[in-house]
This record gives sequence, C-alpha cells and structure tokens, in this order.
Amino acid sequence: MVHVSATPVLALRGVSKRFGAVQALTDVELEVHAGEVVALVGDNGAGKSTLVKTIAGVHPIDDGVIEWDGRAVQINKPHDAQNLGIATVYQDLALCDNIDVVGNLYLGRELRKFGILDEVEMERRSRELLSTLSIRIPSVRIPIASLSGGQRQTVAIARSMLGEPKLVILDEPTAALGVEQTAQVLDLVERLRERGHAVILISHNMADVKAVADKVAVLRLGRNNGVFDVKTTSQEEIISAITGATENAVTRRAARNAEAQK
Amino acid sequence: MTTDKTSTAVVNPEAAKGADTVVDPRLLVREQGLGGYITEFKRKMRGGDLGSIPVIIGLIIICVVFQSLNSEFLSAKNVSDIAVTMVATGMMAVGIIFVLLLGEIDLSVGSVSGVSGAVVAVLSVTHGMNEWLAILVAVLSGAVIGAIHGFFFARIGAPAFAVTLAGLLFWLGFMLQLLGDTGTINLDSDGVVGNLTTYYFSDVAAAYGLAAVAVVAYFLSAFLDTRRREAAGIPARPLVDIVVRTVALAVFAFGAAFMFNQYRGLPLALVLFLIVLVGTDFVLRRTSYGRKIFALGGSVEASRRAGINVTAIRVSVFSIAGTFAAIGGLFWASKIAAANQGSGAGDLLMNVIAAAVIGGTSLFGGRGRTWNALLGVMVIVSIQYGLALEGIATPINYMITGAVLLITVVIDSITRKTQKTAGRA
Repeated sequence: MVHVSATPVLALRGVSKRFGAVQALTDVELEVHAGEVVALVGDNGAGKSTLVKTIAGVHPIDDGVIEWDGRAVQINKPHDAQNLGIATVYQDLALCDNIDVVGNLYLGRELRKFGILDEVEMERRSRELLSTLSIRIPSVRIPIASLSGGQRQTVAIARSMLGEPKLVILDEPTAALGVEQTAQVLDLVERLRERGHAVILISHNMADVKAVADKVAVLRLGRNNGVFDVKTTSQEEIISAITGATENAVTRRAARNAEAQK
Repeated sequence: MTTDKTSTAVVNPEAAKGADTVVDPRLLVREQGLGGYITEFKRKMRGGDLGSIPVIIGLIIICVVFQSLNSEFLSAKNVSDIAVTMVATGMMAVGIIFVLLLGEIDLSVGSVSGVSGAVVAVLSVTHGMNEWLAILVAVLSGAVIGAIHGFFFARIGAPAFAVTLAGLLFWLGFMLQLLGDTGTINLDSDGVVGNLTTYYFSDVAAAYGLAAVAVVAYFLSAFLDTRRREAAGIPARPLVDIVVRTVALAVFAFGAAFMFNQYRGLPLALVLFLIVLVGTDFVLRRTSYGRKIFALGGSVEASRRAGINVTAIRVSVFSIAGTFAAIGGLFWASKIAAANQGSGAGDLLMNVIAAAVIGGTSLFGGRGRTWNALLGVMVIVSIQYGLALEGIATPINYMITGAVLLITVVIDSITRKTQKTAGRA
C-alpha cells in the first residue's frame, strides 16, 4: 500500500546540540522516508522539540550530519529548511483570526495579477487543495475565528502543503483537540502519507501514534532510546522505552556481562 | 469543494441535535443563489457581524430628529456645508483607520494637521514660495513626522500611545513656534489651499456625471467579479444582490447630486475625499500591502512567521497616518482661510478618532474599512450642524458627541463579545 523509497528523505547521523551547559541532544539518529509517518515520542524534556527545531533550522546543530535525499546539507536558518522542502506546523498555529481561510492559506505569498491580489485564483486553488486533502470546512471565505480547533489545525496543515514540501513536521497536532477533531487530523496525516510526503509526528498520545505512524522513534534524555515498528510493538514496550522502565537491575547486569565478555 | 454538495449540513441546529448525522451539524454550508445569501446574512446578524448597519440607522435617526426640529437641516445649503466641512476631519480619520487596523492608536494627528497648515502658511505667505510646492512640503513633512513616530514604536518598541502622546505635545509646540509672535497667518482665499473648500463645480452635469460614473463603475466591477468567479467555478454574488446594491447606491448618489446642484454644485473637497476613499479602500482590500496590515492587526506572530516585515509595515502605516493628518490640516486651513494657534487643537483629535470608531472600525485591530471614515464623520458633523441650527452651544455639542462615541464603543465591545460567543472573533 505504502511505497517507501530506499534513500531516506531526511537522515540525522549523530546529531548533537548543546545550550550552554545543557546537552539537549546527544548522537541522535533518525531516518524518515517518503510516504512514511515517523512518530517522535518521549517524555517532557526528552529533546523532541529541540530535535524538530534543529531540522526546521531554528537551532543549528553542533555536531553530526543532516542528510537530505542522501547528501549532507547545512540547515542554519528556517529559510534553508523551507528551501529544501521542509514544512513545520508548530503547536501554536500562527493563523490570523480576522482573515478568512483563503487569506490565511496564502498569507505572505499572495497570488497577484498586475500587482493586484488575484482573489479568484487564490480561492479556486484553496478549494482545490482543501478538497484533495478532504478537509471539510464551512466556507473558505469565513474568518479563521469561526472555525473549531480541529478545523484550524487542518487549515494550518493545509497551509504548510502549499509549497509542496517533501517533509512535513507536525508538532503535537492533536494536543488540544476533541475526539472527532482528532480523528479528522489523523485522517489528514494518512492522506499526507498517501500523497507521498514524509511526515514527522510529535505526539504524547500513544493511541494516535499507534493509529497513524509506521515507525516510532523514542527519545529519552536527549538520546535515541530505540526505533520501533508500530505493527509489531506493543504499547507497553514503547511506553517503557519512553519512561526508561527498561532500565532495571536485570538489564544493567546483562549490559555489564556483555561488556565483560568483550 | 465537497461541502457544497452536502446541503444537509444547513439544517438548523435544533433539528440536527438529535439526529445521528455523519456530517458535522456545526458546519455552515453556504447555499448557492439568493436563498443562501439571505441565510448567510441572517447568520451574520445573529453572530454580531453588524457591519455598517448601526451607523446608517444612527444617521437616519439624526436626520429625522434634526429635520423635525428645524426644516433647514436637510436644506441644500446645510447639506452642502456639511459635505465640505466633514472633509478635513474625514481625511484625518482615513489615516487613523490605518493605525486602528493595526490595533494601535495615533494621538498626534491633531497637532500634525496644525503643523501642516502652519508650514503651508509660512512657506507660501511669509516666504512667498509657490503654493503647490508649499503643499508638497507640508504633506511630506506629515509623512516624515508619522514615520518618526512609527520608528519609535516599531523599532524601539515604545508603546504607540506614549510615542504619539509625546508627539501631540511636541508638534503643537513646533506649530506655535512656526507661527511666531503674531499667531495667525491669513491665507489667500483664491489660492490653491483656499480653493480646496471654496471651489464648487457649478455645472449641473458635474454632480450628475460623477454620480453616474460611480454607479456604473460599481455595477461593472461587481458584475465582472461575479462573472470571473462563476467562470472559475467558485461561489459568486447573485445578480439580484448586485442589482439591489447598485440601485441603493444610485438613489443615494443621485439624491446627493440633486442636493448639491440646488446650492452651488458639486464641492471639490468632496470629490477629493471620495477619490481618497476609493483609493485607500483599494489598497487595503486588493493589494498584498493591505492584506499585511490586516494580518498584523490579527496576529503579529503569525505575520512574522509568514515572512512579513513587521517593522516596515508599522512604520509605513504611521507614515500614512501622518500624511493624511497633514492633508486634513490643509482642508482645515482652507476652511478657516488661515493658519492660527487654535489649528489642530480642541476637540479635533477626539472627533477624528470618534469618526473612525463610529463608522465601524474596531479599536481592537484587524477590522474596518476606510469607508467607515465617511459614515463616522457624517454622523459627527451632522450633529454639530444640527445643534448649531438649534442655537445649542458647544458644551452640549461636546456632551452629545461624547455620548455617541460611548454608544459606539459599547456597540463595538458588545459586537466583539457576541462574535466571541458565536465563535467569530
């Protein structure tokens, strides 16, 4: 059903990031392929947001390599990430409440004809985009203020799709949503995958992760703590990787014994 | 879009409550055609999206009350005088609306208008400079003054309220300094500035011609827009709606033209004001610059992330406010045929802000049109003239204008609350 390419769209190799005395990320590895949803999970302070911001160009990395389509790239500014084809939807959606859906979708990149806003073309394309993503909203000509939280989230995601990005990063897209709205957003995530986009999904909600993700990458205290295949892994295993419950007397002895044997 | 086909979603909420529908009952799907238009209108009303309706009703009440008190109120001379007098305040209100759209305020517009009048008077009368050149210098100085305010607000981060309050005092002093010891410089009433408020197109054809052009232009632009939307397959305004609006505009435009022709003809000041209104409305609603101003009024953070240069837009908007304050100052100087120490002082600033707000511009930013300036200033100047006809003195005038402003702000706040509860704010 889902075609996964051989070369990852984005690969992080041994990425580290320090803020002063705080080592936020240590030797983090991550691979995302086209048509694949990778859930990034971890406890609070595990480094999820920092990792996403390094990819989005907000915080340049200190060590390691970021590979894009198999070749090493530098991402130092948000602009670099955008040029590569990385779109990020942050938790606070950054939409203008007083402007209608079309205006928000095209904010900062309005279509113009002879210097005048081409409202007709923008509205036509907005409708097209929203219907290919099967996004249902009352009208593209009502202010964002009239939309529900889930509808706003879908508009924000649709907005990120306008530049035809290869990789979409969604930061907690369902955090503040009700059951039905969460379902809408998860549907949308699946549609992004079907259209061949690579998706990184940050979430605290294991049910959401199990529902849409292909792989789960766990971060713990700024390090990788395992990448799991969603289908073959139980929720308990993932949660123990998040909380560090795998680390107990038995595992420590096993690790020591393994080292001693070398 | 798929929602257009799911017309079941329009069923009223009561009916949908119990029903186990797949479609989200909260979806408001706009039906095609006139029926859909009317439901949409009703929904807007319930949601508190009143638009210009309260102020138009207010204007009608004002006309009825003053006309019943004194039949002179709707006479050709009085209407014509109101139309000329309102232009000075109205021009300044246009500038203030730009600032209000950002959710900010400019308290200096009164003083800046005084500076503009003084600059023209000193340059053209005292120093004998060409009047056109003097006007250009005055308007440019308004733009520069506004840009200075904008710089301190946008770049330094000082509150616009405080910056422009400082400006109010500073530019008042600057104007008094310019005028010097005599305090009053009389302007040639036949000069360019003098003609701004005294010239009338006495030919009957001028007023009717302008009315006809306005009506035809409105109809054509609305009709062509609808055609383009239909061609692109997106919802368009029904033809009936366009015709109704065009007829309403025609009645108003030709009625006004008839009034003006009964007196001295079409006033030049009004023509200039209408040109400014059409131009600024176009900039605000049809260019990406205007879109950016609305975006900043909605969410600064969202605008920044969309790549909008927040500082540049803010400085430019304050510069626009300064420019229109200066233009208003010219009309003011023309009206009193002089630049004196009282220019730009008194209740002018309050009237300018009141005109913008009464016309329907939100104090909270992001909502308003420059046409609001016309409606608001009509209310304020009508009250002034109506009271003057009754021989009622300034104190009462202040109290009534204050009360009208309060009512408007209350309507604005309630509208906002209703919109919030209806999920539209």
